Amino acid sequence: MKILVTVKEVATVEDEFEIEGTEIAEQYLGADLNEWDDYAIEEAVQLQEDGIADEVVTVTIGPEDCEQTVRQALAKGADRAVRVWDDALEDVDLLDVNAKTEILSAVVEAEDPDLVLSGVQAGDDSFGATGVSVAENLGFQWGAVVNHLEHDFEDGLASVRRELEGGVEELTDIELPAVLTIQTGINEPRYASLRGIRQAQQKPLDVQTLADIGVDESDIETELELTDMYEPESESDATFWEGSPDETASELGDLLRDKGVAQ
Amino acid sequence: MTDVLAVADHRRGELRDVSYESITAGRQLADETGGDLHIAVISGTVDDFAAKLNRDGVDTIHTVSHGEEFNHDVYSQAITQLYDELAPQYVLTPNSVNGLDYAPAIANELDLPVVTDTVDLDNDGETLVATREMYGGKVETTTELEGDAVITIRGAEWPAAEGTGDATIEAFDADIDEDAIGSTVNGFEEVGGGDVDISEADLLVSVGRGIEEEENLDLIRDLADALGATLSSSRPIVDNGWLPKNRQVGQSGKVVTPDVYIAIGISGAVQHVAGMKGSDTIVAINTDPNAPIMDIADYAIVDDLFDVVPELIDEFDG
Ligand SMILES: Cc1cc2nc3c(=O)[nH]c(=O)nc-3n(C[C@H](O)[C@H](O)[C@H](O)COP(=O)(O)OP(=O)(O)OC[C@H]3O[C@@H](n4cnc5c(N)ncnc54)[C@H](O)[C@@H]3O)c2cc1C
Repeated sequence: MKILVTVKEVATVEDEFEIEGTEIAEQYLGADLNEWDDYAIEEAVQLQEDGIADEVVTVTIGPEDCEQTVRQALAKGADRAVRVWDDALEDVDLLDVNAKTEILSAVVEAEDPDLVLSGVQAGDDSFGATGVSVAENLGFQWGAVVNHLEHDFEDGLASVRRELEGGVEELTDIELPAVLTIQTGINEPRYASLRGIRQAQQKPLDVQTLADIGVDESDIETELELTDMYEPESESDATFWEGSPDETASELGDLLRDKGVAQ
Repeated sequence: MTDVLAVADHRRGELRDVSYESITAGRQLADETGGDLHIAVISGTVDDFAAKLNRDGVDTIHTVSHGEEFNHDVYSQAITQLYDELAPQYVLTPNSVNGLDYAPAIANELDLPVVTDTVDLDNDGETLVATREMYGGKVETTTELEGDAVITIRGAEWPAAEGTGDATIEAFDADIDEDAIGSTVNGFEEVGGGDVDISEADLLVSVGRGIEEEENLDLIRDLADALGATLSSSRPIVDNGWLPKNRQVGQSGKVVTPDVYIAIGISGAVQHVAGMKGSDTIVAINTDPNAPIMDIADYAIVDDLFDVVPELIDEFDG
């Protein structure tokens, strides 16, 4: 079985930051492997270790800067990586779900995997929609918010649990090929070993333009326009206790005694 | 071309709250576009559901009788067929786990843009302005689009519709292609049982990712002991395997309403807040004065938990 994992480098934001136009000012931004994708990579690598998968390929949409994050996925055990980037993507404010779907679908079609694992959502723009959209676009089956996957794939089915609200899980069988969006907690993502990190440097990382994957610029034109970004007006009417830790702790102590919940 | 089609959410025989909230959101949008509000209710006891959904502001309810529980293929087929018939401007679905299992698919199938997890919607007759959060609630954004779209709405952002409506209830004869159904739901399981029930506690000491390391959890355990409180947590602590699932507060964990909830090193992501906002008194201990948890906190200490918690233990142990 061949597995494709979608990997995104997400922007992280410091506690204090400033907004410039519709973006957070660059100096307050960091970069990290998307938390949900980390679990998707781990699941794929475990499937490989269990002898179920024979190849794990990652696909990323992003500029050269994000290769560090891609290498992280390779260091954890993926075999090779595809990174799609193009001048045409450089100035795009908001790469919406449809644009990502076009790009990822083209790569999935070329790679022809049996299983695609994506994260439930990206920690920065949190659309939570790309995996399912790609599946529908390609005629793959899918399951959203998967927190357990059986590794035997009996009868060509992926037996999964979908994590619903309120501590309820749905037990579902999904035909392959399929896209599963992976929820945190499905496994324990490993840290890359030193050996893994060294090996990752040698693994193939294939860079492709839109033309390379056969996507026309007009296919990624988005109908959504990001028009504003602002810090939400604080609705906080909290009492902020000020002072040294012993002073604030003592205020909290008084509150707990007042409420009669601690002595 | 100006109508709104909102899709109800139900599970194991019960309509979920967001179904009534999407009536409010849908009515507001339909008033702005000058169209009608249609509700689709698919699978399960649809006639019973339709009677309950018949609240103020609903024009027509379309029932699709097919199977008992949610199946995304059935939903996708039924909704795209309803879309073809009604030609609404907006399809509105809940941003629930199931909503995210079909909304992106119908958007793709219908070749429409999709905007998920909206917290506010506004249409001036031409342009839709959708408000959504980014970066875990650190910022809000507005996104504009013209024309038709699929939109998912976050739960508990719009009030539930009330009253008794005079909607027309119609059975919609969807043509469900069984061969195109690629997944089968075999059952459900409740998880997170076990020795403690955090929803019973009067005082919860709840810990989040700010604790950094598993070893540091002892500090919070000591605090819970000193206070005679019950220990709970945000999701990452459970995902890491540091605490069992029955300690998790939130959308996919437990809903708790203690007298006092102390959130220590928890940012207050929407899925966490869904599980604890009903607490009588909320105290946040967090180094970030702008963390979203501050919006719902009654009291806050903006400081390092590793400095404050030992002092608090002393208060009660000393
Ligand atoms: C479908 C779905 C379901 C989910 N269900 C749940 C759920 O049921 N429950 C849940 O909790 N989450 C849930 N989540 C995850 C949720 O989105 C957040 O990722 C999670 O709640 C974040 O947990 P946190 O606040 O502990 O961590 P973070 O968001 O990382 O916050 C850590 C906080 O600690 C503070 N901090 C750091 N160091 C210190 C220090 N030394 N002293 C004081 N403060 C410090 C930081 O300022 C920050 O505010 C779900 C997500 C999805 C997509």
